[in-house]
Amino acid sequence: MDLSFLIAMKFEMMITLIIFVLLFLKIDGRASNQTTIRVAYGMLVLNLVLGFAGNVYVEIFNGMFRSTPLLAFEKNMLNLATLIIALSSYEWLRNHKHLAEFFMLLLSSLLGMFFMMSSCNMLMFYLGLELSTIPLAALCNFDLHKKISSEAAMKMILSSAFSSAILLFGVSLLYGCTGTFDFKMISALLTGSTLQDLAFILIFSGFAFKLSVVPFHLWTADVYEGSPIAVTAFLSVVSKAAMSFVFISVLYTVFGKLGSIWYAMLAVSAVITMIIGNLFALRQSNLKRFFAFSSIAQVGYLLISISSVSILGVASVVYFILIYIFSNLAAFGVISVISSLTGKESIEDYKGLYASNPKLALIMAISLFSLAGIPPTAGFFGKLFLLTAGASVHNWTLIIIASLNLIISLYYYLRIVRVMFIDETNEPLVKLNFSINETVAFLICVLGVLSVGFLRGVYELIFGLSSGL
Amino acid sequence: MIGVPLTHILFLSTALFFIGVFGFLTRRNMITMLMSAELMLNSVNINFIAFNKYLFGHQLDGVFFTLFLIAIAAAEAAVAIAIIINIYRNYQSIDIDDADTLKF
Repeated sequence: MDLSFLIAMKFEMMITLIIFVLLFLKIDGRASNQTTIRVAYGMLVLNLVLGFAGNVYVEIFNGMFRSTPLLAFEKNMLNLATLIIALSSYEWLRNHKHLAEFFMLLLSSLLGMFFMMSSCNMLMFYLGLELSTIPLAALCNFDLHKKISSEAAMKMILSSAFSSAILLFGVSLLYGCTGTFDFKMISALLTGSTLQDLAFILIFSGFAFKLSVVPFHLWTADVYEGSPIAVTAFLSVVSKAAMSFVFISVLYTVFGKLGSIWYAMLAVSAVITMIIGNLFALRQSNLKRFFAFSSIAQVGYLLISISSVSILGVASVVYFILIYIFSNLAAFGVISVISSLTGKESIEDYKGLYASNPKLALIMAISLFSLAGIPPTAGFFGKLFLLTAGASVHNWTLIIIASLNLIISLYYYLRIVRVMFIDETNEPLVKLNFSINETVAFLICVLGVLSVGFLRGVYELIFGLSSGL
Repeated sequence: MIGVPLTHILFLSTALFFIGVFGFLTRRNMITMLMSAELMLNSVNINFIAFNKYLFGHQLDGVFFTLFLIAIAAAEAAVAIAIIINIYRNYQSIDIDDADTLKF
């Protein structure tokens, strides 16, 4: 019996196993919340550790599913991000009635993303996509009694149904042109006819919806604001990371021949995404909304790098997302702790945070510096590599616009730092105590932000893996 | 053989798709919006079946895709309706204009 599928689907099987263990714990009904959360944390750590072993190039199911060292690295990143999110939402989850369901839905969504990233076939890709979005919509509604939570979930499920219908219409036209769903065969049969261009535009729009590229970004801010913070963090980091990996592989492997069309589309959408994301981030007063627009702006920089069509582009996107995971999750961890202990989420409430909670304020400041791209933090190197990759095809206008946008983004990231450190208030937040779980999550994030930029091996490893895409 | 040519069927499916888009963008009732999205998915189904029958009669890929699509559309509708029920509990309405707490 051929056992290569065991190695190829290592990540997926591990996640499935965790889901089933949690399901049995839930059905059994005797486990307390404390036990369930410990089991979940333990298995997530085990999952992360096992992910590093034995990653080779395997293709199974007639080439529908493949596993490469680069994909394994990306899946490890997502595993790490999920673990950090789970750890930093401890305060919120501790007494939640539906703790086990939270992890089951979260991991189902992660499982969908893994299948989507590994897919080499439109059918597998679509199944993965839906498996990743449907549980996410349910997760957005996790605080059942909250009005905004249900509204966010409604916006999420309706817009994702709409966008996957658009994407599927493109896939059906592509099937009409080529008669196959296999990525490599589609790519070989493309000729650049008008019908294929139309199919590509529809598929691109579907992706743009999921990646919240302007003008398909309107759902993002509302969904981010209404969802519980752990879910917002998952949406803005893990879901976005998985989507951009798939976007790259679909663009480069399937639509490589239509490069002349999608270069222009990517360039235009990158410019408007950066500008709109930055301008709207300027005027936000709710932190979750603020991070929604900031993440839209960050996708704009990603698109510049993707438009360069090179190994350098792939490597810098993966590297940037690794740093983005650390810096964004540190910020969401702080927001999660403050929100679950005091219920406050607006920027105004963070006045005088440094005086009352110096540790939280420092972590937040480091992550904001990294998101803004200020040199000692890793965020600077991430942005540097993204723009270098973009510059390798000599599109200087795009790079200049991106640099101007980076300056605008400095203003609004540092505004929050100013509020925390300089502004005074009559009613500051009380001193907050958080558990060891959050501390571990913060430690991982801060270490990541401070070290990834200086560890030369990280980028070289990613570049080496990307060459074997 | 006198039959329905492929272009007629493609016209039907494209029309159905855009009726779905129009319904999704203009209707204010959440259930109707969901139905419009399902209409769009069904037009995709027609496309797959038609391409499969007229152009690639020797294979079954398109038919399989349709089967999966129907199953997933049902799953999506189940989650969407659960969410809409929850909205009704919170807002006492399923009109999209009433659920306007979140605004920029």
